[in-house]
Amino acid sequence: MEKVDVIVVGGGLAGLSAAYGLAAEGLEVILIERGDYSGAKNVTGGRLYVSPIRNMYPELWEDAPFERPVTREFITLMGEGNSTTIEFAADKFAAQPYQSYTVLRATFDLWLSEQVMEKGGMVIVKQRVDDLIKEGDKVIGIRAGEDEIGADITIIAEGVLGLVANKAGLRELPSWKDHAVGFKETLELPKEVIDNRWHLAPDEGAAHLFMGGVTKGMLGGGFLYTNKESISLGIVLGMKDAKERVDKIDIYTLLDDFKANPTIAPLVADGELVEYSAHVISEAGLSGIPQLWGDGYLMTGDAAGLALNQLYTVRGMDFAVASGYYAAQAIIEGKKQNDLDAVGPAYEKMMKESWVLKDFETAKNILHFIENPRIFSHYPNAVGRLFDRVFTLNDQPTDSIYTKVMSSVKKDFMNVTTAKELLGMRKI
Amino acid sequence: MGTTVEAKLGYNVFKIDKERHIVIDTEICNKICKDKTCLYICPAFLYKLDDQGNNTVDWEGCLECGTCLICCEHDALSWEYPRGEFGIQYRSA
Repeated sequence: MEKVDVIVVGGGLAGLSAAYGLAAEGLEVILIERGDYSGAKNVTGGRLYVSPIRNMYPELWEDAPFERPVTREFITLMGEGNSTTIEFAADKFAAQPYQSYTVLRATFDLWLSEQVMEKGGMVIVKQRVDDLIKEGDKVIGIRAGEDEIGADITIIAEGVLGLVANKAGLRELPSWKDHAVGFKETLELPKEVIDNRWHLAPDEGAAHLFMGGVTKGMLGGGFLYTNKESISLGIVLGMKDAKERVDKIDIYTLLDDFKANPTIAPLVADGELVEYSAHVISEAGLSGIPQLWGDGYLMTGDAAGLALNQLYTVRGMDFAVASGYYAAQAIIEGKKQNDLDAVGPAYEKMMKESWVLKDFETAKNILHFIENPRIFSHYPNAVGRLFDRVFTLNDQPTDSIYTKVMSSVKKDFMNVTTAKELLGMRKI
Repeated sequence: MGTTVEAKLGYNVFKIDKERHIVIDTEICNKICKDKTCLYICPAFLYKLDDQGNNTVDWEGCLECGTCLICCEHDALSWEYPRGEFGIQYRSA
């Protein structure tokens, strides 16, 4: 069996990041991707937070094919017959270095795979890895169709389903109890139309999240990201709520209803559909992270459960890049010291001591918090009711502004349930 | 209203293999499964009952998300990724 230093299973951001770091240090690395090119199977919402990973590969980001830097944040609460939008702009978000960018994966991942090859890494496309080859408990390589390749270390970066790792007994399949499905349309719009609709200076971008009616009370929300000349419009939906819903709503219809909503319709008007995509996302947080390494292998990215719902954003791509980076650093060090047994523990240590696993630790109670359906129905509706009262004027004597606000606040917010939920917020 | 999901899939690039990558054990669907989550949870709406009431899947339009696999509690699906170079090839996503 042919043998190399490292095999990487999967050409998404985790795998590419690892391969890039290894190839840059002159290690012999083969990355195997099942799509026609890196990015062909990959889906994001999506925004990539660059701030956390900027110093890992500082030379990379300058020329990266980002769509737009996110300079404006929008959050819309969708109530019954109304919507309330918060628009947040900060000077620091509109200046270099930008903290996050919108991206499209077919472009972004393909570009990163080219950087890997430039550093001497080998990227093999159109090949599905079928199995890990084991010798006892040790992973010693992979099988792809008829071909077998051996490696000192195999980096598992196959994505959220983890089919290959599962087959080899290294992790479970994801559970519907703590995973979500995201589905989105890519809609083309002229640059200037996007700038105008989200109040953007040229080449600046917006992230727009939606809560409430968009998921009909189920865990999840809507998202809209502005790309250069398109928008990514989609919904993330907790599988548990969708699966257990009595009326068995066909989930794809949520996106059509979302687009037809009077708040959204003018934002997406004349958008030309160019693609419809879907992807599974872990909501399990810390509890969804399997053993990060074992004899002969490291787990990275979504395959290692590294996605995090922080309520106002869902992160995954920055964790993917970071885990790939640390995997590469651990292997490089192990090779230098001629001690491959140290690679796994070193990788885990770096992950634990960095922001990666610390952020998971911080957010460990979020899933429990967002499993409360009132967050997706009661509160968006309550905020809508409050502003509805404030802004309504008719031919009856009007209440004082204080009365209008306080009567809504008393009814919807000053109660034992809300008090308990506020206390619960201390844990997130 | 809006674009039907079949029409949406028409905008995607699929390279269709000769072999199917999802196989349904309809006996399990018929005998054990009551909720039939796959019929409404697939974001591409690919699962449908045929005239005899047997579960079918239009696997050619699969977005490869795996939601059906995760939500099937009765192991009725043999689900693999399509072989290398087949299946969905996203151009934006």
